[in-house]
Amino acid sequence: MKKNYEIRLSGSGGQGLILAGIILARAAVLDKHRVTQTQSYGPESRGGSSRTDVIISDQDIYFPEAVNFNCLLALTQEACDKYLFDLREKGILIIDTTYVKNLALAAENTYELPFTEIAIAKLGSPITTNIMSLAFLTKVTGIVKEDSLQQSIAETVKPAFVDINLKAMQIGFDLADNYGK
Amino acid sequence: MAKTSKITKPAPKAAPREPKTETKLEELQTQRERKTVLMQGNEAVAYGALDAGCNFFAGYPITPSTEIAEILSAELPKRGGVFVQMEDEIASICAITGASLAGAKSLTATSGPGFSLMQEGIGYAKITETPCVVVNVQRVGPSTGMPTSCAQGEIQQSRWGSHGDSPAIVLYPDSVKECYELTIRAINLAEKYRSCVILLLDEVLGHMREAVCLPDMANVRVISRIKPTVPPHWYKHYDENQKYLSPLASFGEGYRFHVTGLTHDQLGFPTNKASEAADMMDRLRKKITYNIRDLVQIESYDMEDAKIAIFAAGITARAAKAAVAMARHEGIKVGLLRPLTIWPFPDDAVRKMLRDVDIVVVPELNQGQLVREIQRLVKDRSDSKLIKIQRVNGKLISPVDILRKLKEAI
Repeated sequence: MKKNYEIRLSGSGGQGLILAGIILARAAVLDKHRVTQTQSYGPESRGGSSRTDVIISDQDIYFPEAVNFNCLLALTQEACDKYLFDLREKGILIIDTTYVKNLALAAENTYELPFTEIAIAKLGSPITTNIMSLAFLTKVTGIVKEDSLQQSIAETVKPAFVDINLKAMQIGFDLADNYGK
Repeated sequence: MAKTSKITKPAPKAAPREPKTETKLEELQTQRERKTVLMQGNEAVAYGALDAGCNFFAGYPITPSTEIAEILSAELPKRGGVFVQMEDEIASICAITGASLAGAKSLTATSGPGFSLMQEGIGYAKITETPCVVVNVQRVGPSTGMPTSCAQGEIQQSRWGSHGDSPAIVLYPDSVKECYELTIRAINLAEKYRSCVILLLDEVLGHMREAVCLPDMANVRVISRIKPTVPPHWYKHYDENQKYLSPLASFGEGYRFHVTGLTHDQLGFPTNKASEAADMMDRLRKKITYNIRDLVQIESYDMEDAKIAIFAAGITARAAKAAVAMARHEGIKVGLLRPLTIWPFPDDAVRKMLRDVDIVVVPELNQGQLVREIQRLVKDRSDSKLIKIQRVNGKLISPVDILRKLKEAI
């Protein structure tokens, strides 16, 4: 990877997307890449739209906002509708089918999974949806090393929540391995 | 009602304080990891402040500057410093001015609404020539505006916001690393020039995280105020000397001086004499004009053979840099001139730019604040050479926005 790899994680406030963006960015730092992470959210702590952009590169990153993403993760219908058209040709689209029911555009590389439902079924709560889908994204794109992601999660989340998040990460990796099989 | 009844309860008896075991500053510095880490702009400001020797923060947390207060509230007490959460921003600026007169290196952080409240206090710090730093992380205004969206609306306010023709030193970083560096520089300049220095950040920059490696403390240059060497009865609080840099005694050191917001003589006592009033105003102005080379910092990017120049600051300059790279790829000769010090305005560098190029593009997240200064320096005043890109809806100006406008102009 030489040029900017642009990733947008989008959904609604409270889904933990900004945290996921920080974890991804920190993993990229561990892999010795250059990285910027920016965010956009409303003044409310839950609800409203929320997104974070992570740009990973081996060159200087000038503009820190993703404009033409290589990868888009959409956890809500609204986010999917809003950003789908800015996905690059052959870009990777990952959607949470728990909330995203319609696709306005058929993207070439689309991955569809009910991440929120899986999180509730396997870990009893939707709160790890962010980490699970991030791990899935990491495996599908190969943008950061799996070990780096694990270390980044351990360094970033509160100590009491490391275990459950690492479990969610593993589920995310497994989902990617078994996708389409 | 339940809430208010809580307040009337007698406060629990304070636990006996443990004997203070102050960690030595050197230890804390070696404890800090010296490797590449992911850091936020606001975080870099906080660590820059600590590394420059800031030991007093008073403020009222406000989005998007909150992290600065949050980090300093944890870090300052560890180093023997003081953190005070004030009742509002007027009190905050007054507290840091007072702390500075008692010898502290002081700083506050705020955003638009708080910055407006601080304006009178900033004027007080300037007329009393008291070193202090105000960090203003800009959000969309006017009034409460959009707290989590980006704007560059305080470029002119940071210069003219306080009444009465006072000078201003204002710095403007464009990366997380520069947030760290310019915070140190802001504190250094405040100490050196005995003034209130303002650091302007964009919301996106304050919240943005980037991979940065902070320098070793050995490579950080820290400047502290000059102390008087004369016996107390000879001390003049506003002494005249070459370069207009005068020593500053602290309260409690045996020096007696008077501090007032009224126009004052060299000892600090109020005066209505025209000659003394003129002297005071001259000193405030000449501090800046005589030292302009030390104060002005500017980055020139791909300007050597440029026929078109983009003039931009802060986050907009990053979009401009990307636009320069894209335009150069297409063979268009474009460069970027970026002020790190926006006040005093880099008049000389801009004049040179205006001589060398045919077209100047000024993108900014306001309704025309930087471009006013360019217009002031364009001799013929014809706007044909000047392309304005302005946006105030909370969205950033993207590299493509700049490139498109630039191509239209050719």
